[in-house]
Amino acid sequence: MSVVVGDKTRLMVQGITGSAGGFHARQMVEYGTQVVSGVTPGRGGEKFEAGSASVPVFDTVAQAVKATGANATCIFVPPPGAADAILEAFDAGLPLVVCITEGIPVIDMLRVRRALEGLKGSTRLIGPNCPGIITPGGKTSGKVGCKIGIMPGHIHAPGHVGVVSRSGTLTYEAVGQLSALGVGQSTCIGIGGDPVGGMDFVDVLELFQADPDTHGVILIGEIGGGAEERAAMFIHEKMDKPVAAFIAGTTAPPGKRMGHAGAIIAGGKGTAAEKIRALEAAGARVAPNPSAMASTLVGMMKKG
Amino acid sequence: MKIHEYQAKQMFARYGVPIPRGYPAMTVAEAESSATKLSQETGGSVVVIKAQIHAGGRGKGGGVKVVRMKPGGSEVRDVAQAILGMQLVTHQTGPEGQKVRRLYVEQGLDIARELYLGAVVDRDKRRIALMASTEGGVEIEKVAAETPEKILTVHVDPAVGFAAFQARDLAFALGVGARETLGKFVKLMSALYEVVTREDCSLCEINPLVVTKGNDVVALDAKINLDDAAEFRHPEWRELEDKDEEDAVELEAKAVGLNYVSLDGNVGCLVNGAGLAMATMDIIKHFGAGHGVAPANFLDVGGGANQEQVTKAFKIILKSPKVKAIFVNIFGGIMKCDVVASGVVAAAKDLGLRVPLVVRLEGTNVELGRKILEESGLAIQAASTMADGAEKLVRAIGGAK
Repeated sequence: MSVVVGDKTRLMVQGITGSAGGFHARQMVEYGTQVVSGVTPGRGGEKFEAGSASVPVFDTVAQAVKATGANATCIFVPPPGAADAILEAFDAGLPLVVCITEGIPVIDMLRVRRALEGLKGSTRLIGPNCPGIITPGGKTSGKVGCKIGIMPGHIHAPGHVGVVSRSGTLTYEAVGQLSALGVGQSTCIGIGGDPVGGMDFVDVLELFQADPDTHGVILIGEIGGGAEERAAMFIHEKMDKPVAAFIAGTTAPPGKRMGHAGAIIAGGKGTAAEKIRALEAAGARVAPNPSAMASTLVGMMKKG
Repeated sequence: MKIHEYQAKQMFARYGVPIPRGYPAMTVAEAESSATKLSQETGGSVVVIKAQIHAGGRGKGGGVKVVRMKPGGSEVRDVAQAILGMQLVTHQTGPEGQKVRRLYVEQGLDIARELYLGAVVDRDKRRIALMASTEGGVEIEKVAAETPEKILTVHVDPAVGFAAFQARDLAFALGVGARETLGKFVKLMSALYEVVTREDCSLCEINPLVVTKGNDVVALDAKINLDDAAEFRHPEWRELEDKDEEDAVELEAKAVGLNYVSLDGNVGCLVNGAGLAMATMDIIKHFGAGHGVAPANFLDVGGGANQEQVTKAFKIILKSPKVKAIFVNIFGGIMKCDVVASGVVAAAKDLGLRVPLVVRLEGTNVELGRKILEESGLAIQAASTMADGAEKLVRAIGGAK
């Protein structure tokens, strides 16, 4: 078991003929993901070669869905066309849309978000500006993995910890720590570093809480916005699984954007201290430093 | 990206948000001729001379002066001379202040009331929020903290757009619902929403918005921050950029596609990924507190940086006089460790390495990366984890004292 993706996932890649899209499509095939089609407007009819797989390319998302039965998409379209690519995926009725693209204007994402709300839960959007989602597989477990996104597959191991994060590399850091301790992951989801996106912490925590295969959760937040505070509320009210957390940006100066468009302390709101306080009050344990994310959770799970 | 008040007002004017008549001035002579022109155009003898810097609180710092002109008088020259070139200190500039290089000379108005208007992206509601308050002209952060009930907010559904009834709601609550001002206020609010959405503003503030004694509704001040991500569809933004207002090192980094923020400490950091870069700052501060060890910068070389970018990034750090040690912290995903290692070695060979260097490499091609560093002959301290790296830095800087 796992959440959102697994062996039934049939993936389409939007922007498959671009350099990033192409590179990562091959990486995903190598990891075991079933990549069934690609979309690049104007390149329909071509084949995309990925090792042993030959992936048909279509002009539109609707054509690709119809011809190949894709039920998920991974978007690598550059910022000027990325919001439109997400809307096209929504329109084609895909239940899972993962957008990797970094640098989409927030005005565009407000429209996308509004369109998503109109779909009333029939579609999940992960991202944008995120590493994607992975359900680890591995030869020893006999489990086929599914990776949608850009995370390095080899650091993951199948197991029972869910990871949800606003930051890509900090997700890898947490996963690396877990795997080094011999602790595998059920599913890891990067929800992205932009101010407006798809799934937030609460959406993912709901899935982890309901998934019998997930026994504990690492939540990685950062400064800016109120998503961590909402997560704390959910942990307090609805979760009985252990949650270890880390909040990046304790030392970030106010008013400065820390790389991610969403990582900014504005008007005195969104500080790390507030988020840490809310999470600890909700029963989560916050790692004292980023090297202690996995050990904090493992300590909680042993006691439980 | 921040822009000046006069640039924001020019944007307002294009969309029909009423502003006082005014002209930018780069010299004292230009300020004088602008003032003369204004008095001819308006028939008034009062102008306001405003320092143009990218920070708020200019009035309190002495950067905004009302000038009553007398025939043949030197009032405008005196004030312009005093402000232009001054080191203006406000609550947003830091103690060193910001040098004033541009002025804005504006028509003086007879003010009856001062209000506040603002527009931001409310990320929790995923809508644009338009905010208004009767407490205009003061620090709005203070109003929000002390009397939040005095800030009125409406959210705009992007599928519907801003509706006139929402502006009327605000108008009646603000006490500008009288016949003389209602229509003008509604029109201004609709124009403001157009500015925000069409010009990709991440923040737009009018503080104060004034009602004049003649019942006009006018944006007396204007502050706009633009969403950097939308630069690709606004080639005109290049003209709005004022390099004098930016940190020179941050600009240099931005030019080669790096995310760099200057900080006050002494450890130069080279990291891939924004979250890891922030966490690296945090862990240095965590172990360095009490030892005088703190991060000198935030630097995210990104996921897809090439060797040249890494070299450039490392050179920026090497050149900084405040850097007493360097921490390279890489968790290779898309970013390959060997690319980082090669960039670091190239930069160090070029500029020389005079401070301790602690490197923590993990992830894609890590063995290859470690080999490149070992064979370079550079004095490198390898760290097994972020915590180990931070502790090594504390020892390195402590020992160098």
